[in-house]
Amino acid sequence: MENFRYQSAATLDAALAAAANGATVAAGTSELINWMRLGITAPNGLVDISRIDALRGVRQDGDSLVIGALTTLNEVGLSEAVRDGAPVLAEAALKAASAQLRNRATLGGNVLQRTRCPYFRAEAVTDARMPWPCNKRVAGSGCAARDMPYSRAAIFGWTDACVATQPSDPVVALAALDAVADIDGPDGPRQIAMTDFHLAQEDGGAERETRLSPGELILRYRVPVDAAARGSVYLKVRERESYEYAMVSAAVCLDHADGVIRSARVALGSVAQKPWRLLQAEGALAGTPLDEAAVQAVMNGAMEAARPLPGQDWKPRLAANAAARAVLMAGGMV
Amino acid sequence: MVVDAKVENVHRVDVGVGRLIVDGTGAAVELPTRGIGSTERRHDGDEKVTGAAIYAAEAPPVGTLHGVLVGAPVARGQVRSIDARPALAQPGVVQVILPEDMPELGDVFVPPFAMSFIPMTDETVRYEGQPLAIVLAETLEQAEHGAALVAVDIATEEPVTFETGEVSTPVSEGNGYAFSALDTDHGDAEAALADAAAVVEADYVAPSRHHNMMEPSATLAEWRNGELHMHDSTQWTYGIRYALSGLLRMDPGAIHVRCPYTGGGFGAKGYVWPHQLLAPIAARIAGRPVKIAIGRDGCYTGTGYQPVVRSRIRLGAGTDGRLTAIVHETENVTSRFDDYVEFGSAGTRSLYACPNVRTSTRIVSADVNTPTAMRAPHEGPGMFALESAIDELSYDIGMDPLELRLANHAESDPHTGKPFSSNRLRDAYAEGARRFGWDARPPGTRARIEGHKLIGSGMAAAIMSTFRFSSSARVCLASDGTLRVEAGTQEIGTGTRTIFPQIAAERLGISAEGIDMRLGSTELPETGGTFGSSSTISVGSAVAHAADDLHQRLATLAGGEVPPRDQWADLLSRNGIAELIGEGGFTLPGEAAFDAHGGAGAHFMATWGAVFVEVEVDEGLGLARLRRCVACYSAGRILNPVTARSQMIGGIIWGVGRALLEESAMDPRYGRYVSKNLSGVHLPINADIPQDIDVAFIDEHDPHASAIGVRGIGELGEVGVAAAIANAVYHATGRRVRDLPIKFEHLIG
Repeated sequence: MENFRYQSAATLDAALAAAANGATVAAGTSELINWMRLGITAPNGLVDISRIDALRGVRQDGDSLVIGALTTLNEVGLSEAVRDGAPVLAEAALKAASAQLRNRATLGGNVLQRTRCPYFRAEAVTDARMPWPCNKRVAGSGCAARDMPYSRAAIFGWTDACVATQPSDPVVALAALDAVADIDGPDGPRQIAMTDFHLAQEDGGAERETRLSPGELILRYRVPVDAAARGSVYLKVRERESYEYAMVSAAVCLDHADGVIRSARVALGSVAQKPWRLLQAEGALAGTPLDEAAVQAVMNGAMEAARPLPGQDWKPRLAANAAARAVLMAGGMV
Repeated sequence: MVVDAKVENVHRVDVGVGRLIVDGTGAAVELPTRGIGSTERRHDGDEKVTGAAIYAAEAPPVGTLHGVLVGAPVARGQVRSIDARPALAQPGVVQVILPEDMPELGDVFVPPFAMSFIPMTDETVRYEGQPLAIVLAETLEQAEHGAALVAVDIATEEPVTFETGEVSTPVSEGNGYAFSALDTDHGDAEAALADAAAVVEADYVAPSRHHNMMEPSATLAEWRNGELHMHDSTQWTYGIRYALSGLLRMDPGAIHVRCPYTGGGFGAKGYVWPHQLLAPIAARIAGRPVKIAIGRDGCYTGTGYQPVVRSRIRLGAGTDGRLTAIVHETENVTSRFDDYVEFGSAGTRSLYACPNVRTSTRIVSADVNTPTAMRAPHEGPGMFALESAIDELSYDIGMDPLELRLANHAESDPHTGKPFSSNRLRDAYAEGARRFGWDARPPGTRARIEGHKLIGSGMAAAIMSTFRFSSSARVCLASDGTLRVEAGTQEIGTGTRTIFPQIAAERLGISAEGIDMRLGSTELPETGGTFGSSSTISVGSAVAHAADDLHQRLATLAGGEVPPRDQWADLLSRNGIAELIGEGGFTLPGEAAFDAHGGAGAHFMATWGAVFVEVEVDEGLGLARLRRCVACYSAGRILNPVTARSQMIGGIIWGVGRALLEESAMDPRYGRYVSKNLSGVHLPINADIPQDIDVAFIDEHDPHASAIGVRGIGELGEVGVAAAIANAVYHATGRRVRDLPIKFEHLIG
């Protein structure tokens, strides 16, 4: 790791000014330090925004929850307001990482974590030391994961240039909740819907992963609370029970009555470089009875568009099963 | 700061010891309140969990340089050039040691040195991560950065891996890793298979895995007045002395090795690896102490691993379940320069009474590092295969898996024909089955369903080789009356600081309280390494003899009867003695330094166990989880039931990892492990492990294996667990998994 310049921002304006000048924004640093040690990034300067209290905490604003970008995952997960209004987000936050990391990692930084693809995360401080091609590390070098039966590869939205997934848990919940991020930066404030925040490779190539521009900062998230959000669940499927990224996850917001689904929003995690909303399936679920076979049939249909890598045919099946199970959980059937 | 204890599964440890030691009828044995067999608390527990313990490389002398190895980025090729200038231009970088700086080396002995190839002695790259240069800097960060900037130009060649390599027969002569016969053949297995009423034939694969101990290997080399002082995290202090004395052409007595604690090892720190040679070489060239901590990624190339073992099993049996033929052929990956042998059929040779048994042991040489022992070597990967096949046979012939094993129980060693030194496996089966409730198990698959979960149970037998090393120890009585046990052995977390004083206490007829233990140094009496489940049997016996010797000296001084403990200080001062030293040794038949299975002695020695598990499988989500486990062992006398229980639980968790999670996947195109960190390699964590792990030992005293009734336990706990889990998954789902670990694609419905 090379030496770098460190500055701490006391105010949002100071942070924005430093970021506009090219400083890398540091909040919880639980991911940034990994990048620096692995050689993924070598910033000249960091601006530490962790002392800007205006960006911290959860508050109610009409029918929405407003969650500051510096709120830690544990604070999000244990917030009564979040647990009541958007349980899917609380569960996703608490199923991320480990207790120690959740005390440090922020909701703003969490969605900016990068793929856990081991080819991307190779230890290589210089490009010359990269043991294999990775277009995210060395543009134009290729994708070593593309031709391996790599189990955490994307099944949607990938291209031959990159098959990586976005591993965040909270972002799957935020997408299912139709949350919006408040952004500020050199060109002034704006909003980005969390369903659009990330880019699949077919939209942004191997290198561009979000719609955030250089110098921009996430200030807070606005989470609309409706009946479906109140009845939401997060199902995370992974090899081990804790401290592990999802193989597949499903966030479901569900409104139902008398055994029939009124409306549903379903997002899958770890199947693409962005949270993958199943919009067609959501339409098909409205009016469907809360019945295992009926829900499973809808989800199986949603997977017809999936493109698993060779040897990964089981993964769309797992995604369909997880999505169906999460709907049944939200409906109180499991 | 928020603490969220309620969101993680809390693993409450019940250290109740009521039924830890049982007799053959299942009745609990009352535990003594002191000495051997008592539940003495770990003597070094507090300092370890509070961080007060200072590990070997944690206290570098002033002026120590940090060394970082420049590893080969490819698995095979020829080095054209190494340019150190970009590194030397960095602030803090003091020197870069290159192959041309290497001194002429002496003989390499394998083992204790782990590999016959010494890096930085020629231009050939033989495995990914092979050290090519050493960057020395004032700080670790500077050395790491410098190492990244050393420019290495390599003419790369396509690597050969286990997947693409060819099977061959390992060299046995002069091969320190071929300590047992490669092939065995009793009776006529082929003829018996042709006549068998039932035949099982299948291939099983246990993948390569790394040790992933908590403390990655670290070494600190310091030269003082021409003598070498090594501060090292090792499982074998004397092994470092012997390996380096050959290579550095030094008198062994001029090499001093110190190891106050070993932060886990599981075999990775048993033998001596290149960084432990390169650190003293670099320190001599630089004229300053050099510390090399290989780090987590270094654990994947800087030390060894348990090699992938492919087993082909063929079983023949009659309709009564009696085995008529067993064939177990194994292949393991190894480096091109060492024929490392993983004896996958070691347990198969001795577990079941069968007249026709044939085993063979083969290797696949590849462009990889040399493997090494890892808990549990040999029987660990091999018994997954045999005990899975026995389970398959039980369904084929419609016989309960436990009944099938009992029908084939061996009363003496089928391979050597020798009697067992002691074997209570029948009692272990019975006690385990009783505690588990095996009788209530439905015989068919997919018989128990709870919501989305299928529940199944399975079992396996465990067998582990008994390894012994000649060892010595001292028990010293100081003039102030304090007692000290001294042995060069290591403390790797198993409790040696606790049990060796217990042994001395019992032999001296006193309480263990206040008996000090000095270990981890070549200045202390020589012992074997802390591996092969051998420390208690070997060092413990030496300690017992040393305590007996001290007792005898006390009696002589007192002129007959040994007086009470509180009079010993007076006895010494009356006789003008500053320190009274009892010395003891543990020797092996034929004056061997090491033996396996009882060696040249009259008895065959191994440890045994019966493992019963219950799993739940969610086929929709492709997940299997352990619900509970009962494991009962025949392992000789148990010196401390609570530290022994801890070891077995640790071994069982290790086995859960083998069954459900762990694999060091290699990308065969590059000959490189896909993940060289704990993020990409799944180890079990607390939330994966049920509270309900019930461990029991049969009350046993082995009169032949040691001086104190014990055999060994450390590795036994891992054996059989993976097979029991795979067998339970089959019982739950009807899905037979023969390639570990069990994954989503094996289970998803």
